[in-house]
Amino acid sequence: MNQLPILPLLPLLFGSILAVLAGLWRPRAAQVVAVASAALSLAASLVGLLRVIPDGSMSYEIGGWPPPIGIEYVLDPLSAFMACIVALIGLLIVIYPVDAAFDLRPTRGVPLYPLALLLLTGLMGVMLSGDLFHLFVFLEIYAISTYGLVSLGGDRATFAALRYLLLGTVGSGLYLLGVGFLYFSTGTLNMVDMAAMLPDIADSPTVLGAMGLIVIGLALKMALFPLHVWLPDAHSYSPPGVAALLAAVQVKAGAYALVRILFDVFGPAYTETGGVPVSTALIWFGMAGIVVGSVMAIRQTDIKRLLAYSTVAQLGYIGLGIGLASPIALIGALLHVLNHAMMKSGLFLVAGGIIQRTGLKSIPRFAGLGKRMPWTMAGFAIAALSMVGIPPLAGFWSKFYLVWATVDVGHWIAAVVVVGSSLFTMVYFLKLFEQVFVREPTEDVVATAVEPSGRVVGTVSVLGAAIVLVGLFNATIVRQVIAPIAERMLG
Amino acid sequence: MIDLFLARYVYLFVLVLLAVGLYAVLAKSDLVKKVIGLTIFSTAIYLFFIEGSLQEGGTAPVIDERGSDPALYVDPLPHLLILTAIVVGVGVVGVALALLVRLYRTHGTLDEDRIAARLAGRDDEAARGQDDEAERGRNGEAAPGRDDDTSGGASGSPGDGR
Repeated sequence: MNQLPILPLLPLLFGSILAVLAGLWRPRAAQVVAVASAALSLAASLVGLLRVIPDGSMSYEIGGWPPPIGIEYVLDPLSAFMACIVALIGLLIVIYPVDAAFDLRPTRGVPLYPLALLLLTGLMGVMLSGDLFHLFVFLEIYAISTYGLVSLGGDRATFAALRYLLLGTVGSGLYLLGVGFLYFSTGTLNMVDMAAMLPDIADSPTVLGAMGLIVIGLALKMALFPLHVWLPDAHSYSPPGVAALLAAVQVKAGAYALVRILFDVFGPAYTETGGVPVSTALIWFGMAGIVVGSVMAIRQTDIKRLLAYSTVAQLGYIGLGIGLASPIALIGALLHVLNHAMMKSGLFLVAGGIIQRTGLKSIPRFAGLGKRMPWTMAGFAIAALSMVGIPPLAGFWSKFYLVWATVDVGHWIAAVVVVGSSLFTMVYFLKLFEQVFVREPTEDVVATAVEPSGRVVGTVSVLGAAIVLVGLFNATIVRQVIAPIAERMLG
Repeated sequence: MIDLFLARYVYLFVLVLLAVGLYAVLAKSDLVKKVIGLTIFSTAIYLFFIEGSLQEGGTAPVIDERGSDPALYVDPLPHLLILTAIVVGVGVVGVALALLVRLYRTHGTLDEDRIAARLAGRDDEAARGQDDEAERGRNGEAAPGRDDDTSGGASGSPGDGR
């Protein structure tokens, strides 16, 4: 099983090609291909996670060229954990019905599923790559397929996609420039190799400049405040399934790359020297993102836009956790990557179900939906309560670890911001709860609405159950998977 | 000082190109100019890699009788990386142009502010019904510093009639 590190990637890559051909034959067949390849990829990721937790990391050399000359795929607990999240969310999105996910009837020649699989391929490659330039290529692969998928949402989405393309390409350009700085000072692109060389030259201006460029580039990719400007438009105008994919896993790829490069490649250059105040910047911008995202979310009346601004706030938590750079904070950040992936994709899928059945997007018109769609809205309630941070749901625990970390390092302002933002989150979800569960229907479409189709309810229920289970078995997940990762990176 | 400049002037050039490209992406309101700026920005990065790999008096890295002294050869890896990066860049620009075509077909303009205004306040029919001249005048007042040929050329397009 030496090929295990590349196995989660291959079904997605070949699936995307196969789905093009299948889509030309029968539009339905493309979805079948997509579901099969995402399921294979999930299986490979899970096997990988189970293998690397006791054994440590595995690596695969492409073409038999050993690193540092060849390109290496590395499966360690962190990348296996992220690969599982990507494959799981990807599988649920491709199972989700096509007209709700992409606002389109499946038509011949529109490569919906190939693009979605290519997006997942890029994300999976980011997670598994052990080479800095290879990571750049995968960043661009997922970015290009994202631009295509976002533009499916119609006129506004095309404009949002173009704006996102401009900023996203500048972001990956800055990352590439930083990688160039690192290459010319170390002569290698392999992450392990570079990590061994960097401590000796950690204070050189080239390395510090590279760190600055890489952090800015990846922060643009993960939409950390104030570089989040592309996110609200791109996420709220794209079709619901695409928005779920973007918010749940696509922005997390930037966060993962940031964690990987800052803690694994830079290591002491990031956590110890004070040459470039990267961690301070991440803490403060993370907090600013939490506050701004939450306040903007309260002001929205469009459900998808509300969720998009809420994503900005939640990414602030992850940035804050990376910036605090203590093991507990890293546990909080990684746990929040998992939790937010489940909660936000669940919420977007519920929004997709509502739009599919009623065509409504504006929250004040949702009055009375709770009685008409009890199952969907139960999933919505679980995900929303988890976002607020009600124990024992999953969302509580990541906030708990983050608050613990802020108290642990004595950053009281951050503790106040994290706890206070739960109140903001409560405000905007209470507004929704009041409409959905308390009010009587005012719209005709609501009064006659029925439960969305079985696959919508099914995917939402899986995510709702996952939120409850991850919350209940939180201690096991943290002790078995996440805590060893944080220990290894910061121990 | 002058020696340092002469030895490093290419990097200065790269820096200028990066600044020009970034300025165009962020500040220009014509979307085509933004895409051009993006290309300039990427090209500057390519140049940086190529210049970094340069070895004065070096030759192509083919193993021959001169042995394996690295000072005799140009570093081939950055060239390889940049070939890949150029391919990626072409893909991105291709997607950008495709999106531009779609925007132009719907809005008849490629001016970012005008498209944003059409998408925001007024809906499409209201915007289409308005007199083109009045629209251009208002935009001119709002942003007096902008070069007129851009918005004029874009707004005088046939797309408005669609």
